[in-house]
Amino acid sequence: MKQEEVPQDGNGLTGGKFSQLFYAVNKEGEYVQVSSIGWEPENVAMAQAWDEIHQKTEATLQAVKDGKLSPIAYFMEKELMTPEILAGYVGKFQWQVKRHLKPSVFKTLPDTLLQKYAAVFKISVQELKQFGR
Amino acid sequence: MSNIDFRHSQSAHCESGVVSSLFRHHGLEISEPMAFGIGAGIFFGHLPFVKVNGVPGTTYRIFPGAIFNKASQRLGVTVRSESFRNVERAMEALDEKIAQGTPVGLLSSVYYLPYFPPAYRFHFNAHNLVVYGKSEEGNYLVSDPIMDVATEIDPESLAQARFAKGFPEPKGKMYYPVSMPDSVSWETPIKQGIEQACHYMLKIPVPLFGVKGMRFLAKRIQRYPEKVGERKAGLFLGNVIRMQEEIGTGGAGFRFMYAAFLQEAALKLNKPELSRLGAELTSVGDLWRNFAFQAGRVCKSRAGDTGSYQELGEMMIQCSAAEEVLFRKLAQVKF
Repeated sequence: MKQEEVPQDGNGLTGGKFSQLFYAVNKEGEYVQVSSIGWEPENVAMAQAWDEIHQKTEATLQAVKDGKLSPIAYFMEKELMTPEILAGYVGKFQWQVKRHLKPSVFKTLPDTLLQKYAAVFKISVQELKQFGR
Repeated sequence: MSNIDFRHSQSAHCESGVVSSLFRHHGLEISEPMAFGIGAGIFFGHLPFVKVNGVPGTTYRIFPGAIFNKASQRLGVTVRSESFRNVERAMEALDEKIAQGTPVGLLSSVYYLPYFPPAYRFHFNAHNLVVYGKSEEGNYLVSDPIMDVATEIDPESLAQARFAKGFPEPKGKMYYPVSMPDSVSWETPIKQGIEQACHYMLKIPVPLFGVKGMRFLAKRIQRYPEKVGERKAGLFLGNVIRMQEEIGTGGAGFRFMYAAFLQEAALKLNKPELSRLGAELTSVGDLWRNFAFQAGRVCKSRAGDTGSYQELGEMMIQCSAAEEVLFRKLAQVKF
């Protein structure tokens, strides 16, 4: 890539104050460092990834409201976590976290455990319990 | 607390950037491409079994930690690296080192770094940064290789980033050079770096890695629309682009960085041959760019037709063919 070909396709995702470093060749064919504010294909792929996340979070929110999933499912999605990551934070096994996503199981969870989940999501136990009702 | 006189410089990739800035701090002048080349950072791997959010993984560089380890080993730098179980202990150990005047490399999760643009904050746990001091307010002074300028982070966020869960867990890992070589001969480290890169790209007997891996992925891409459907095909493709282009994970054209390494190596060792191969690799990098450009258009238009995926696969097969030729020539270079 030539120096003058280094893309400068800005987008809203970087907040406009963030640039990346590229290596590109100058007129003499020597490699130099060039700063770039973004590139269209990356912007597209990034926007697509976030769209997907937002869609999934919305769908999960609806499922929580419909009583099909527990509030934990919503906050897990919102924090971009998977049952595996969340299990690490609350010190449980993945299968246990998956169980806790069921509303029927969620109702029976002790406050001490809910406290752990709430702390990971940075909310109160009350908020977690009341969510979606 | 005493602040260390640390020179921040932005780099294209976090790990090679940290190697270069830490080594330079200790008096070993080494550019980022040099660190990347000696550490044999260039790679390709497609990992259909390692799924992130249901999307198969693709990598354009070697696994995290390898560049640092190999570059240190080859240049004769002794490094100390520590992991922790306990958060308080990990933060104390960090404080001790900065109080002694040693900048420290840290492994951390991007998700908990508040200075990153929000859109870039995913649960990626193998990001590298340097902490070199503490402000009067008790914030840590951070030289994050991906950022334009040095920045600060509050202790809580840093602790969270160092102890993020998920694969791979950073476990508070910190590392710093403890002794530097008196003098560096570049020839052997460069030669070893190149040999290893050629081996990785050409000879791993698993079809998922190196130039074979590219062909494997190319064929997969061609079948994405029929195999996983239009929507998922777009997501899978988007991930291939992100891994190729995004900071922290892939980042800014590893092919161009390796070409820059070959060019610098040619000067250092007076081997114009390497520079010619560097120029050739630049053209391969451009092929990859064309691929990303085309793939971006397919993603954007949400064109699920097999034709566009067929064409993308062809483009990647071209990339793999060109890279195979290049690395075969590179493997022939006599030192």
